[in-house]
Amino acid sequence: MPDETPTLEQESVDHVRIRFAGDSGDGMQLAGARFTDASAIFGNDLATLPSYPAEIRAPAGTIAGVSSFQVHIADSDILTPGDNPDVLVAMNPAALRANLADLAPAGTIVVNRDAFDERNLERAGYTTNPLRDGSLRGYTVIEVPMEEMTREAVKDTGITGRGVLRSKNFFALGLMIWMFSRPLEPTLEWIKATFAKDEAVMRANEAALRAGYNFGLNTEQFRHTYQVRPAKLKPGVHANVTGNQTVAWGLVAAAQAARLPLLYSSYPITPASDILHELSRYQRLGVRTFQAEDEIAAIGVALGASFGGNLGVTGTSGPGLALKSETMSLAVMTELPLLIIDVQRGGPSTGLPTKTEQADLLMALYGRHGEAPLPVLAIASPGDAFGTMIEAARIALKYMTPVIVLSDGYIANSAEPWLLPNLDALPDISVPFVTGPNSDGKFMPYLRDAQTLARGWAVPGTPGLEHRVGGLEKEDVTGAVSYTPANHEKMVLLRERKIAGIADDIPAVVVDADEGADLLVVGWGSTYPAISAGVRQARGRGAKVARAHLRHLNPFPRNLGEVLRRYRQVLVPELNRGHLARLLRAEFLVDAIGMSKVQGMPFKTFEIEEKIVEMTRP
Amino acid sequence: MTDTETKRYTRADFQSDQEVRWCPGCGDYTILASMQTFLAEVGLDREKVVFVSGIGCSSRFPYYMSTYGFHGIHGRAPAIASGIALANPGLSVWVITGDGDALSIGGNHIIHAMRRNLNIKVLLFNNQIYGLTKGQFSPTSEFGKRTKSSPSGALGRPFNPVSLALGAEATFVARTIDMDRPHTIEVLRRAYQHRGAAFIEIYQNCNVFNDKAFAELTGKEDRLANRINLQHGKPVVFGPNQERGVVLGASGARIVDVAEVGLEALHVHDEHAPDPSAAFALSRLSHGPHGPTPMGVFRDVQRSLYEDDLQRQVSDAQGGRGPADLTELIRQTGTWTIN
Repeated sequence: MPDETPTLEQESVDHVRIRFAGDSGDGMQLAGARFTDASAIFGNDLATLPSYPAEIRAPAGTIAGVSSFQVHIADSDILTPGDNPDVLVAMNPAALRANLADLAPAGTIVVNRDAFDERNLERAGYTTNPLRDGSLRGYTVIEVPMEEMTREAVKDTGITGRGVLRSKNFFALGLMIWMFSRPLEPTLEWIKATFAKDEAVMRANEAALRAGYNFGLNTEQFRHTYQVRPAKLKPGVHANVTGNQTVAWGLVAAAQAARLPLLYSSYPITPASDILHELSRYQRLGVRTFQAEDEIAAIGVALGASFGGNLGVTGTSGPGLALKSETMSLAVMTELPLLIIDVQRGGPSTGLPTKTEQADLLMALYGRHGEAPLPVLAIASPGDAFGTMIEAARIALKYMTPVIVLSDGYIANSAEPWLLPNLDALPDISVPFVTGPNSDGKFMPYLRDAQTLARGWAVPGTPGLEHRVGGLEKEDVTGAVSYTPANHEKMVLLRERKIAGIADDIPAVVVDADEGADLLVVGWGSTYPAISAGVRQARGRGAKVARAHLRHLNPFPRNLGEVLRRYRQVLVPELNRGHLARLLRAEFLVDAIGMSKVQGMPFKTFEIEEKIVEMTRP
Repeated sequence: MTDTETKRYTRADFQSDQEVRWCPGCGDYTILASMQTFLAEVGLDREKVVFVSGIGCSSRFPYYMSTYGFHGIHGRAPAIASGIALANPGLSVWVITGDGDALSIGGNHIIHAMRRNLNIKVLLFNNQIYGLTKGQFSPTSEFGKRTKSSPSGALGRPFNPVSLALGAEATFVARTIDMDRPHTIEVLRRAYQHRGAAFIEIYQNCNVFNDKAFAELTGKEDRLANRINLQHGKPVVFGPNQERGVVLGASGARIVDVAEVGLEALHVHDEHAPDPSAAFALSRLSHGPHGPTPMGVFRDVQRSLYEDDLQRQVSDAQGGRGPADLTELIRQTGTWTIN
């Protein structure tokens, strides 16, 4: 530690939830992310929930402009960012007003006192000052003159004018680092590396960070600091990852495992853009990205690249998936491998572009013209994305089919520690190109493998295998254009059987069940942490419950029907109006009960817990 | 490709086993024959050629070629072709499209394909009508054209495809006509030799829904009177006795009598002019086409290829060390070890 060890009493807690909240220009995402990294390196288990407005800069000081970042750190295995923060850092009145309702009873509020002037109070909709009118009674309120202190701290750094107060997020961060006994070094190093090109900014941020830390150390407002000990994570190398990052890494690994060049073609859209940003930085790994003129071109380029022998991938969010629909059908017809990543967000239309939702599941399964089945997989958490991408690529290549992978805004932006897999031991998912005739000295482009029903992949440039693919119906085996009624039906059924048959090639669904449970909770995608934590809590209250989480949504695992029928009650929590519940009812004739939430936010643990307790009450 | 190279192919080598199903008398037959003849002459290996198309009569083209082919969806052929060119820069990639496919539903893709300058060749079969859907007006149909979907006359001014391509700063822009096979073959050769995106407008007669749309360029007398054959480095002249010419002024290109202004005053065509303004002015001489219409290569300039630039970025990033290691990259983002 560069500074002396605090002499105050240290209270040891097993976990704590902190929410940084401020104006969208206040740098709260940065402060939260830095606190998270410092905690990750310290060895805590953690989960985060960033939340920010769709507008880049909503009017300053208003509720609409509030941006927040919640981080949950613990000394044991945790799953969610936590329902209610224990500590709220509020950089202005709007941040306080927008977040107060979530604060845990008797929670701590650290406010930037300097922002509580008449103008800001009015913008936030306060008629009286909450710091003075007694409305915060019951909370521990720590008022800190953050702007005054920041101004003082940076005065010799060379920073001037409007730049001075930009460092106040580092002041707040420094204070929290002190309060929760984190080491300063990782953040200091990060500041040095990130602002190396602008020394004044670097020095100002460092000075503000230290000032915040020292403010905690030297004032008597704080009775004690908190200590959250490192968690017992599995041995090995860990990284603190977000879902968009692990999707990108998973794609790189998938291409390596497939021994194919990766071409990622995309059009900017929130919250999927970070996948494009991430992959664009990997040219030294041989990754090529293509920013297309629109969503349709993006998937067209990816499909063309697949025809040309690359691993073609496109990524988007809901509105973009709608635009890509026609090309997905073309990929179904031409039977080419292709990955489509949909980072779901609140819809319909532009909806809630920065918030999370799971309402694209039915579109992923059925949102195409004609009979156009394709495999659909879902990512359960940032750490799960890596393996899911490799699995999606394996299926796409082995079965010569487009595959949709569903992520969402929560997975995309939230962080968790992730145990790095051994990248030298990746599975071999490569599929050899066809290099010669496959039928009596001729090449039949639609001749199928007897087991997988996949057709051969012959790429342009291969002598003797010249052939044409396209959207018109193909004659079985020869691939010639065919309008024959019987052939069309045969081909529709062949394509259907090919996808359905993948069920024999995916793992059975695993059930985490209590002896004697008669309630099964089934989830998919980003509800994984909330459902797991809710089940854990309900069990703590004596509930007997079973839990299963689906990665494969089309086709379903072979044993799913049997598993569902084992339980008298089936509960399906989803961030939509009941997509999976409807599918399970239709497919398996079980009375699946939907549990819906469409607020742009993940389930809270207690919501799941209460529902389970209610349904298992004798 | 040099002229001394042995021809190994004949036109028949580029014909597929599929029955050609355009209407009898369609201009597409002639263009198909010109393309097959050209490929045989230039001696390209079949496996190195890919035809990509969208939707429309002309977009059936790939099925009739014995090369690789991809019959895509409406308007999107330039995107699919771009993906193929990115995946394998060694291929010769040709986009076959029509006026509706390229300029209506696919308008966005065509301008961006030109802007990026990938090595793809776009052949726009312009018949100024929707043929496959049986006779609606297209974005190149003349103002006021009466069709099934415009019984009172089509509204909105038509695109001039050559002007549009020049506006998108295509590095190669040319115009030819289906009936003139030697001219078509020569333009195809020039497009093939050009390293970069090429845009070729081919006036193509639809004898069923828009017959004789290009009559002013085809009848013997009309042809002589109206065809302006652009020739690099030569004054732009035309007419039965080369008695008419084109001058360029502040207000654009203008038709003049050579005798009145003198040969020196005429515009000398420069395909390689870095600025597309003069080529654009020439493209404005005729719409429809009505009256004197420039044919041939408007523009042929060198600009770096998108795929080359991308490959260079990748090579530079690797700095001669080959692909970096994913584990290493992840570790650089900040990791910690638990024992």
